Order: sequence, then C-alpha cells, then structure tokens
Amino acid sequence: MAMQFYASPEQVQRDRSEYARKGIARGRSAVVLTYEGGILLVAENVTTLRKISELYDRIGFAAVGRYNEFESLRRAGVRMADLNGLSYDRRDVTGRALANAYTQTLGAIFSETQKPYEVEICVAQVGSSPETDELYRITYDGSVMDEPGFMAMGGSAEAISAVLKESHDTTADLTTALALAVKGLGSVGGDNGTQRELGAAQLEAAVLDRTRKGRAFRRITGAALETLLAGGKDKPAEGGTDASPPPAAEDKPTVSAASVDLEGKDDTGKS
Amino acid sequence: MAAGFDPSGRLPDLFTNAGTSSFTQFLTQAAPELLPGRRPLPPGMSADIAPHGTTIVAIATAEGVVMAGDRRATMGNLIASRDIEKVHPADAYSLIGIAGTAGIGIELMRLFQVELEHYEKIELAMLSLDGKANRLASMVRGNLGAAMQGLAVIPLFAGYDLAPADPARPGRIFSFDVAGGLYEETGYEAIGSGSLFAKSALKKKYRAGVSTEDAVKLAVEALYDAADDDTATGGPDLTRKIYPVVMTATAEGTQRLSEAEVTAVAEAVVAGRMENPGG
Repeated sequence: MAMQFYASPEQVQRDRSEYARKGIARGRSAVVLTYEGGILLVAENVTTLRKISELYDRIGFAAVGRYNEFESLRRAGVRMADLNGLSYDRRDVTGRALANAYTQTLGAIFSETQKPYEVEICVAQVGSSPETDELYRITYDGSVMDEPGFMAMGGSAEAISAVLKESHDTTADLTTALALAVKGLGSVGGDNGTQRELGAAQLEAAVLDRTRKGRAFRRITGAALETLLAGGKDKPAEGGTDASPPPAAEDKPTVSAASVDLEGKDDTGKS
Repeated sequence: MAAGFDPSGRLPDLFTNAGTSSFTQFLTQAAPELLPGRRPLPPGMSADIAPHGTTIVAIATAEGVVMAGDRRATMGNLIASRDIEKVHPADAYSLIGIAGTAGIGIELMRLFQVELEHYEKIELAMLSLDGKANRLASMVRGNLGAAMQGLAVIPLFAGYDLAPADPARPGRIFSFDVAGGLYEETGYEAIGSGSLFAKSALKKKYRAGVSTEDAVKLAVEALYDAADDDTATGGPDLTRKIYPVVMTATAEGTQRLSEAEVTAVAEAVVAGRMENPGG
C-alpha cells in the first residue's frame, strides 16, 4: 500500500491556488469597462468559441481560462437566469444573484475537488447610468469583488488594469472606450514590452447598451468593429447579434437525408 | 423554487452539464411544476371554469407577416375580459397568437418565449423558423390531456424567415391542431371561435404579395367579420376605445402597431361598414 503523506490544509489550498493561477495566466485576457452608453466587454480571441455572452436582459458574462469550465458556468448562469425570470418576473433577475451563485459554485469546487476550475469570470449588469452599473469579478476560489467601473482578467491582468486605471473615464463614448480596452489588451505580450496592435480579427467585442429596451446585449463584429477601431462612430442599428439561424440550403434537407440522397439515383449512385 | 440545492451550495449538476439547449427539457428536471399540461386534473369536462380567448388572424405579406387578434375573452356566455392581449412577439422575428383556455395559453406563450431566447443564448444562434414551429408543436402536444377535458389551447405561429427557402415568400405561417399537428399555411390563416368567418372574409380579399399596410386593413376587416357573426369575438369597441392588437414581423423585426395607427384603421373599417354592413 502506498504511503499517505500528510499535507497541511494550508499547503493544499496554496497548491490549488497556484495551479489555478498559472492556468488562468496562460490564456489571453479580457477587459470589461463602463462607458457613457453602457458596458463594453472585449476579449482577445481569434476563435469562434465565445468568451463573452449574454446572461439576461441587462446582464452580460465574460470569462477567461479553460473553455470547457467557463462554458459550463455560462450555461448554468443562463439556465438560472431564465428559470428565475420565468418563475418571478424579468425584473427580478439580478447580476448580484448570479454573482452569488457563481461564487458559491466556484468556492465549493475549489475546496471540495482535487482540481480547481482555472477560470476567472465577470458578471456585468448595466444600469441607467454609469454609477449604477455593477461589475462583479469572481475568481477560481469563489471570492467575489465588486469592481469600480473597469476590470481586466487573465494573462497579465495587473499590467492591463494599470493601463485602464490611468485613463478610464465613465463619460467616454464607445469609440474611446474601445480604444482604451484595445490599448490595455495590447500593452502586454509584445516583444520587449512593445505595444501590440490588435485588429478586428483578434478581438471579440460586445456591449450592454444602456439605451436599449429589453435585451441590452449586442455584439460588435465585422465591419462595425473595424469602423469603431478606426475611430468611427457606432451604428447601433447594424449591431450584430448571434441571431442568424442556419441557412436553408440544398445540401441541408429538412426531411430525412437518406430519402433525398437516394431519390432519382440508380444503383451506381449516379443521377 | 424547485431546483434542488446541493448541500455544498454550488449550482446542481443539472445546471452546469452540457446537456440540452432546450429550456422546457431543462424544466422537466429542474422545475416540472412550471410546465403546462403536467398537472393531474379531476375527471370530467372543465371547459367553463376559466376564460377562453377567441379569434386570431395571420396574413403573409410581401415583406413578412401581419398578425392580429381581437380583445375578448369569454367564460360560457359571459365576457370575462374586454381587453385581453392574445398576440405577442415570440422572439425578434416571430409572432405567436393564442386561442383557447387563456390561462394555459398565456403560460404556454411565456414558456415558448423563454424557450426561444434560451436556445439563442445557449447556442449563440437563433433557431430556424421551422425549428421554432416544431418546438411549439411539441409544447401543444404536451397539453393534450388537458385539452381533452376542455382546456385546449391552439396557438398560431408566424414569422419572418431569415433564411427562407423561397426568398419571394419571407413571411410564413404555421397552424397547429390540438394533438400537436403542425401545418404550414399559404397566404393566411385564422384560429379560434370566429376563425370560420375571418377566413371566409380573407378568402375573398386576400391576394398573394399584399403589402403590409393593406394586410393590416384586411386583418382588422376579417376580425370585424368574425365579431359580426361570432358572439365570442369582440369587434372594435368605439366607446371604450379598445381595438385589436396588430403586430408585424418583417426584416426589421417584430413591431406592434401603435394605438393611433390601429385606431385609424379600425375607425375606417367601422365607417365603411356604416355604409355597407357586408364590407
């Protein structure tokens, strides 16, 4: 039988923390900040797997770290929000309740399981003015912090936070806010500490639009993002959503595929 | 709330697993009491215990669809409500109208709205219009037991198809039967107690490719005809200023016509009938 060595609880917690912190620091960063028209969420992301998404009408979600772990947390948040919204009322779903559920969940996972989640998440709730916006940072061990209008997660979060802190302004417009977020994200990871230039293809961006009724979440993609990055103005009407359904196409029959494939064909498989 | 809580305080597995993208399927495990059609009912007919909603019409137009519903709910021979709203947006591009037991219908509609939004948020993509209709059909099917005891709900579903098979017909209408059967309609469709008369009126006036503006008039006319011959359908109420709910779904999304717009159309229809009661 293998010898069981004694490890003090402090040691165990420290090891787990270190493990989680290392995992999170390896990934690319995300930035969340308030501006005049709402809350801007930006992540450095070259894939189509999303780090930023909508939880509810006024509530958004951003995460860094291991995809499978924060994706399951995101689903849980959407399910909890929709369940509460249906049982009570849409107004009764709050960012604080979701942040509470996340902190409980991550805290329990951290102290009870062998491997902690290597994630850091942000729950952002947009209010009627920048002062009433709420940003919650929830870390791998379940601790939660109420952030003052801006936050950076993952990678070299501290260095990015320093850049944000220097020039964050709640009265800035979206163009300025995005420029600051991109400057922050690009301030780390360059050769010899030089500033990196990030283009639309390397960024995932969305806003929680203060002025919108109902669902405030709006993705900024493609041409709209390029315009904003180039210093142009935001055009809310062109705001991309995740909305488009799968297209109808000849190669995507809506009835059993086999019957379509075989019809009008002889045994050799030719038409 | 029914969702069981883990003693550790973390969200139960049910919430975090990859599982299903469907909210109703999630509810069957998390909170089955929130699903309509799952409650045991005492034997016998219970048709007259709750208000019933009546007539809804939908018309496909060149730009999308128009859906309109009267404002009456009845309980036996009584008017239960003069200003009930039975036409609602299902999501950004589709509309749902309900006829039958109002309570169950409204519950079904709310659940359907959450179902579509939930899928969109989980999958980061909208369901296809056919997918939405199929989803609604299965929800209607779930209510079959209650329907056989007189608490039937029949929805009407219509929407702007963002990826239509035929680009010339972006507006599509789907009707349902009580057993969950799903049928795509061409041109127009009506449900509810006055639907017979509404459809007869539309049969004479509807032309394919009608503009949205004309379709709004047609819909209000059809509801007037339904109210003319069916006691359970409410006509334009000039004294209380209660007019039909009219909504459109086009490339710009769903939109409810303002009170002023509907008032103008309804008053024009009534004025026309003053001269010619048959329309």
